Amino acid sequence: MGLPDDYRLMARIRRFEERLTALKDDGEIPGSIHLCNGQEAIPVGACRALRDGDYVTATYRGHGWALSRGVDLVGLFAEMMGRDSALCGGRAASPYLSDPARWFVGENSIVGAGVPVAAGAALTAQRTGSGAVSVVSIGDGAMNQGNVHEAINLAAVLDLPLVLVVENNVYSEMSRIEDMVRVRQLTERAAGYGVPGRVVDGNDPDAVAEAVGEAVARAREGSGPSIVEAMTERLVGHYSGDAQHYRPAGEIAAAREREPLVRIRRAADAALAEQLDAIDAEVAAEVEAAVTAARAVPFPDPATVKEHVHV
Amino acid sequence: MSESLRYIQAVNAALTWALDTREDTVYFGEDVALPGGPFGATKGLHKRFGSTRIFDTPISESGFLGMALGAAMTGLRPIAEIMYADFSFVAMDQFVNQISTIRYASNGRWRAPLVVRMQQGYSPGACAQHSHSPEAYFAHTPGLRVGLPATPDDAYQMLRSAVVSDDPVLIAEARMLYPTRGPVRTDAPVEPVGGARVVRPGTDVTVVAWSRMVSAALDAAGQLAEEGIAAEVIDLRWLNPLDFDTVAASVARTGRLVVAHEANLTGGFGAEIAARAAAECFADLRAPVARVAAPDVPMPAAPALQAAVVPEAADVVAAVRRTVGR
Repeated sequence: MGLPDDYRLMARIRRFEERLTALKDDGEIPGSIHLCNGQEAIPVGACRALRDGDYVTATYRGHGWALSRGVDLVGLFAEMMGRDSALCGGRAASPYLSDPARWFVGENSIVGAGVPVAAGAALTAQRTGSGAVSVVSIGDGAMNQGNVHEAINLAAVLDLPLVLVVENNVYSEMSRIEDMVRVRQLTERAAGYGVPGRVVDGNDPDAVAEAVGEAVARAREGSGPSIVEAMTERLVGHYSGDAQHYRPAGEIAAAREREPLVRIRRAADAALAEQLDAIDAEVAAEVEAAVTAARAVPFPDPATVKEHVHV
Repeated sequence: MSESLRYIQAVNAALTWALDTREDTVYFGEDVALPGGPFGATKGLHKRFGSTRIFDTPISESGFLGMALGAAMTGLRPIAEIMYADFSFVAMDQFVNQISTIRYASNGRWRAPLVVRMQQGYSPGACAQHSHSPEAYFAHTPGLRVGLPATPDDAYQMLRSAVVSDDPVLIAEARMLYPTRGPVRTDAPVEPVGGARVVRPGTDVTVVAWSRMVSAALDAAGQLAEEGIAAEVIDLRWLNPLDFDTVAASVARTGRLVVAHEANLTGGFGAEIAARAAAECFADLRAPVARVAAPDVPMPAAPALQAAVVPEAADVVAAVRRTVGR
């Protein structure tokens, strides 16, 4: 792992979402999509600390987590196009997709709701002695959901192998974090749960990998949950079509100077830059091939619409 | 073999069976392990099965129901207890957005084989926040099985059915029935979820009831027999899956239908039964469908006021008389 691989994965996520945006503009993707542009280093770094069998639960801004866990690109595109994808058959789309084959417990469209579910995956790991850990990502806004509070405390008293990654992009959907909480860092709340909390640079995959790795090791050895707060910035709106009038002038432009891909590019020497160019070209081709393959996936048969309500 | 057990003992017996015969079951909720539950449903289970199988949770219904879902998706078969049905409302997201939808939204790739146990209904002095009969809210939610045992035997059989089901199942017991005693077939094979039951045959009118109102309907049928009215009583047992065929077959014989539940009238599950009857039994009906229910008021605490709203056998008798034109 390390730089070239991390860059490739982050570039794949970025390219995937840029392509999604274009497909949405072209009318090929119905409904709202929520992008993680600028936040790619968090899932990429976090998943570096994981192994097969570890569970990941994310939010509706979770495409990066799905890709970081190896969920299939074609399946993701097809699912979001409303096609009969191998992932969820078009029943979930962008904000609620999951993949049991990749231990991807899934996204959740209800803010914060993934945390109790992730605690349940951690309970299974604990009770069966599988050695797995459960990592769950939420945004800073979700820290104000009662559900999240309940689940962190539950995980703490049960010593569950849970790692909560808070992607703090300083916006609760469309409202500034300063107007939503009276703490400077959300990890200040960790002490209230009796669990460790760490703040890391969420635009640095190495920093994220190190912090999440420490929390994962702690969880795996049976010492209970931790909170990692990864500071980052959203390069795009809360949802596709968000005009972002609420963001101050220059904020996004400044964020573009600090985002993870640009940061690696800036630090690269000529040899590395050449390598990154090659990766970009490969990723673009790979993503384009996935779009083509996804377009070949048929739309779901309406006759199946009542299937899978019950076993 | 059948044993004479109180309803709450039958619940305890079913849970003992579940923890004893299925290694994938875990039981959790508020005050269920060391305290044995406020009504004794889990008495002795912690001593027998230990903290890895049954444990107490913080007072966090939403958190621990979500945890039940995640555990069910990944290989356990959790049984979670909501102490009072009224507390289910703080966990409504879990029921409606999470537990009931994951199988469908994943195109059948995830399963959520979990059970939520709770108890509901009024009791003397219990206020509006401890007296709800919320079954209609849950029956409205696709993906969730909903059962309401009316007898000690069904408290045992239906809970076991719920445990072996691969769907999420809500079992809503009735607190007022906990002391009632009856034969329990402890060696009966486990039944699949579903199925209504004719518990008293009759020819003049069909009375559909569930939970505590089944015994009220049977009392009413006894009184009506003395007046020469033969009421057929159906214990609906499960609202999902709904066994409407048993209702329709009965209405085809009797031509009259009364639905009785303790929940308040508007939007109660009786409305669903009435609507189905109107759509599917119209030609058989010789009188309008009647509903027996609490009026649309929050449950008062004072017994004198409760008596004015809680439906009892006399209300069923009155509704049947109106329906048969006496």
